[in-house]
Amino acid sequence: MQTVGIGVSVPRKESQDKVTGIAKYNTDYLSPKLLYAWLVTSLYAHAEIKSIDTSEALQVSGVQAVITGNSYNLLCGSIIEDRPPLAKEKVRYFGEPLAVVIANREAEAKEAAGKVKVEYNPLPVVNSPSAALATGAPLLHEKLAFYKRVKPSEIFPLPGTNIAQHIKIRKGDLEKGWQQSEVIVESSFSLPQSNHIAMEPRNAIAEIKPDGKVIIHTSTQAPFDVQKMLSLYFKLDETQVIVHTPLVGGGFGGKTAVQLEIIAYLASQAVAGRPVKLVASREQDMTSSPGHLGLDAQVKVGATKAGIIKAMEITYQVDIGAYVDSGSQMTRAISADCTGPYKIDHVWCDAYSVYTNHTYVTAFRGFGRLSYVFAIERTLDKLAFALGMDPFELRLKNALTPDATTPTMVRLNKSNLGDLPACLTKIKDLINWDEGVRREIGPKVIAKGISCLWKTSSSPPNAGSGAIITINVDGTLNLNVGTVEIGSGSKTSLAQILAEKLKMDVSKINVVMEVNTEISPKHWKTVASMTNFMVGNAVLDAAEDLVHQLTNIAGIVLRCPPEVLEVGGGRVYLKEDPDIYIEIKEIGNGYQYPGGNSIGGQIIGRGNFIMQHIVNMDKDTGKGRLGPAWAVGAQAVEVAFDPVNYTYQILKAATVIDAGKVLNPKGARGVIIGGMCMGLGYGSREHCLYGAGGKRENPQLRTYHLMRFGENPTYLVDFVETPHIIAPYGLRGIAEHGIIGIPAALANALSAAAQVELNQTPLTPEAIWRAKKGVSQ
Amino acid sequence: MLNIVKKSLIELNINGEKKLVVARPADTLLHVLREQLGLTGAKPSCKNGDCGACTVLIDGKPIKSCLMLAAEAIGHEITTVEGLRNSPIQQAFVEKFAFQCGYCTSGFIMNCHALSVHQPNAKDETIREWLQSNLCRCTGYEEITEAIKSVLAQKSESAP
Repeated sequence: MQTVGIGVSVPRKESQDKVTGIAKYNTDYLSPKLLYAWLVTSLYAHAEIKSIDTSEALQVSGVQAVITGNSYNLLCGSIIEDRPPLAKEKVRYFGEPLAVVIANREAEAKEAAGKVKVEYNPLPVVNSPSAALATGAPLLHEKLAFYKRVKPSEIFPLPGTNIAQHIKIRKGDLEKGWQQSEVIVESSFSLPQSNHIAMEPRNAIAEIKPDGKVIIHTSTQAPFDVQKMLSLYFKLDETQVIVHTPLVGGGFGGKTAVQLEIIAYLASQAVAGRPVKLVASREQDMTSSPGHLGLDAQVKVGATKAGIIKAMEITYQVDIGAYVDSGSQMTRAISADCTGPYKIDHVWCDAYSVYTNHTYVTAFRGFGRLSYVFAIERTLDKLAFALGMDPFELRLKNALTPDATTPTMVRLNKSNLGDLPACLTKIKDLINWDEGVRREIGPKVIAKGISCLWKTSSSPPNAGSGAIITINVDGTLNLNVGTVEIGSGSKTSLAQILAEKLKMDVSKINVVMEVNTEISPKHWKTVASMTNFMVGNAVLDAAEDLVHQLTNIAGIVLRCPPEVLEVGGGRVYLKEDPDIYIEIKEIGNGYQYPGGNSIGGQIIGRGNFIMQHIVNMDKDTGKGRLGPAWAVGAQAVEVAFDPVNYTYQILKAATVIDAGKVLNPKGARGVIIGGMCMGLGYGSREHCLYGAGGKRENPQLRTYHLMRFGENPTYLVDFVETPHIIAPYGLRGIAEHGIIGIPAALANALSAAAQVELNQTPLTPEAIWRAKKGVSQ
Repeated sequence: MLNIVKKSLIELNINGEKKLVVARPADTLLHVLREQLGLTGAKPSCKNGDCGACTVLIDGKPIKSCLMLAAEAIGHEITTVEGLRNSPIQQAFVEKFAFQCGYCTSGFIMNCHALSVHQPNAKDETIREWLQSNLCRCTGYEEITEAIKSVLAQKSESAP
């Protein structure tokens, strides 16, 4: 009997489809019935829309309709409703969709979009969080007080300002903390917005059938959210909206936002319900659809001479751009973990979501963590320098351990925290820390930097998942779950979890790849590295249900009580004598006696999971609990720096993470190094460059640079396995985490190399030169 | 290449078969492959030649099909990922976990396949030069490096 389950590097289930080009993504959905939409987007970051003239556009051959924001009275947003689907009366960011052309062909729609004449009356532009918070700053949302707060216990805007969210963490007594501190350092940081750049640009298809059913095909991480939002906005029954999601060509959080689906729906409505396909161009994907937040931070930390941190005071100003989307939730999530994974008794943090005339933001790998971790980890290096202490020792000394409390007063234990000191100890060896932080070798400086990370999820308190298992006549199984395959390999991991539970070969488990809200069990969203935990628990529950049904029928056939039976290897057998058995294929769809009588019937295993003990954060102190557990880790980067021309090569990037249990070793290494690569890109080159008027200057891959083949360093990855006891096989979510501490570790290495404080990204040679020479931009 | 001035019926040689398609002069090869022939292995991503997701082979050489007009492809042998039959690089990508979401994979595979045919003894510098034209946002490129190197190693072993 071959048992292949967890701990094995199973190639992903959809492998053959992906290497032969037949894997279908939403962009690949073709039909002669389709009409095509193209967005008309704003050329100003902040302006009144004086007029929109669509007459010339309507003359273009093949054009079916042109719609503008003026025709709709709708505000969208899952936390606060502040965003019109198409700009109305005024535009608030460069690239904001304000009209849509629908035509027979995409080329015709695009041509006509260029002929929509928009007259603007430019308004003063808010081009940074500090400008947004300055006295007398222009307001983005004059009607902030009147917007509907969808989740009133989670968002606290300040009408009359550009502050959409204010979260307070009040732990301990800050004054006491400063009194206990012998060394105090503080620093300020500024980190720009960036883009997700999933290789498949965001896109959606909408059709409204004559019976009122709305069929959406979309590249999303959240098909059930699309269903919920569309039914809410357009006053439809939830069952009227059916969302299909095939394989998704990368998400990284960017495909959690519900945006193009709404616009595609309006477009379809304008052409009597005919199916309309809307694909964002790469440039629109980078400017019109939401990106990754920016952050301005001030951190002040106090410690004893022995290096025990006593107090931390933090201000985070999150550049959420023009609308809230999930920016307020990321601000909350950042606050909950605000100190980094360190034991600190006295903590104050004020975190603000700040409206600016930049593209709005949504979830991004790590849900905002990489930005605040940069500020904390750079400050810790500064503290280590002031103390004359090794940065590694400082971190080890203050690392969170069981029995400590988090900034939101959650009491930690081994299960919900994991083992950070073990991660630190391992990373020290992995990166050869004892070689020294800074070494001059010939004309180059070799330097290392480290960082620590932690992350919990921040789901709604009632987030849930389901799973359904059926049995085929050949004894193979079908697993149907509502999670989307965005590249993290979750469908394969879930098959592994099921294979382990049923002690059967994972190749005999077929996983339904597409999600269809009509037939897939619900899953909250494919986000927050929560799939294996949430859906995995639902799969285990379904497997238990399946086993219960199988042993009941098998007990009748084998003439014994079900309790003495076990399921494994595709059979139900006697625990004490496995030679007495029946194949599950003989009972999975009803058992027929040789004489012709049948018993049983189709066996359907069903299981579910719902989050437990999540507590919203208190408005005044932050006390609360956002997620079930953390994953902790330590990271390091080594660079070779040229002190003459300020260029550098990234030699090594390392991660040690407490994964609880590694389900698929090669897959786990893959998502960790993928995260590291993305983090190195963010730290070294990626940023949304906004010009003086808030105009986006680098909205394409020719000018917005990603890490390319061969620029990657040597990756070093290792794991610690401290089980999270309520998770399947003890696992922790790790799919996002590779990115979180890498920009910080890179900046720590380069700061050591160049012997200057580097508190901004991207860390281009020019930026390092400017910091070193004190030359401002 | 034929000179076409309006929407015309043109014949393309794709994956060893002759195919008649209707193309406007401005239609890219990528557009025609996908929308007219259903060969959706080549992916639209930047449509600007920056990412390589739409890479196909023209007479065996990798070309970004978003940068080539369908009309320019007349008279040339076009190979898409659907036309590869058990190229060693496909299996290598599976074994080395060289993809996650898979959206860039067709383009990388076409480029790697051509590299292994034209430069079976390619050294690191050549591999880098060829593969820098493609972007992957999921992996850290380590697995793709392993995949191409494993195929090149097989090729040089089997060389006389």
